[in-house]
Amino acid sequence: MAGRAQKAASLGSFLMELVVYAVFVFAYFFLVLHFLGNWVDRIFNQNRTLYAGVALALIVLQGVALEMLTTALLRVIRRKVE
Amino acid sequence: MDFLISGTHISPVYLIVVGFIIGICGGFFGVGGSFLAGPALFAVGVPMNFVIGTDLAHIVGKSIVAAKKHRALGNVDIKLGLIMVIGTIAGVETGAQIIQQLKRHANVDLVVAIAFVIVLVSISAFIGWESWQTLKMRRPRRKGKARGNRGIKQDESAIAYVAKRLHRFHLPPMISLPNSGIEQISLWMILTIAYIGGVFSGFLGGGAGYIRMPAMVYLLGVPTHVAVGTDLFEVVISASYGTFTHALKGNVDILIALVMHTGAAIGAQIGATLTQYFQGTRIRLAFVPLPLIGAGLIIYSLLTGHHLK
Repeated sequence: MAGRAQKAASLGSFLMELVVYAVFVFAYFFLVLHFLGNWVDRIFNQNRTLYAGVALALIVLQGVALEMLTTALLRVIRRKVE
Repeated sequence: MDFLISGTHISPVYLIVVGFIIGICGGFFGVGGSFLAGPALFAVGVPMNFVIGTDLAHIVGKSIVAAKKHRALGNVDIKLGLIMVIGTIAGVETGAQIIQQLKRHANVDLVVAIAFVIVLVSISAFIGWESWQTLKMRRPRRKGKARGNRGIKQDESAIAYVAKRLHRFHLPPMISLPNSGIEQISLWMILTIAYIGGVFSGFLGGGAGYIRMPAMVYLLGVPTHVAVGTDLFEVVISASYGTFTHALKGNVDILIALVMHTGAAIGAQIGATLTQYFQGTRIRLAFVPLPLIGAGLIIYSLLTGHHLK
């Protein structure tokens, strides 16, 4: 019984993390599209080296920073709840 | 939605859904998923050069997310991953050289396609047979034991003796890989296996995770969960390098990659978390259809003349 409750709590925690993460991922994409979309198009045609660096940075940032942000936010929320 | 860099018009929902499916597969099996993403992008009119570069860019992001999750679960052997990267890069160069040689003497597309189909079907058949044997081997032993007293990450294989024999090969320097549960193994053994995987990658294209992950399990004796996590760690490094060089050549539409990654990042989280609930043998058994999908797509291309990848 305790094991089942623990599993349910763990699943709930994962789902909460996933929802927060999904919100960040979508927000990140729209922010990049809105603020950097035209600039990225321009540097693709004008400076390929800069474009290569920016492309890699944008995708790495989406992978690394957003997860760190999610973890930090959830830590704050859990601390407040407790 | 218009993507000006590649000059294409694609529904973002389609890209997110494709990314999500590939993300789940990547997080669960430790593969890049280029054999699925490539045809999916080509099918909606993305030019072939952009298919390859953009696919690599989205693989970087997805693999980072999945590798981070696997690392938190204790499934990444960084030491093994770094050693394997060296062997893989050397192997990729050799594979690319073989392609160059074949271009001068033979119909390279046909040779590569046939080789690819044989490799993929063989891998699938072998893993299917081995996983089935392992499951059969475990059944009689389970009768006397209570279910659940085995750790989910404890791995068994019907051909574990192959890895044990390879561990006995003493050619210095010998190293230990505590995270993979390997007390001693020759550095040259790891480099050779990574090199062979790299040759396949350079020769057949893609990240060759479908070869590296099983090779780590069966030849090095790495537990399946650790093989999945470590392969993803290696994919992050190799795909980052590939993304940068392809972007320099103008083959990456980063906005398409970012849209795909919104789905892939979420899928990768789910896929990586799911591995906690499956034993290694079950993960390997579920892996069996994956290379067959790739083989089916190549046979379709050969029969119809439509190049899907």
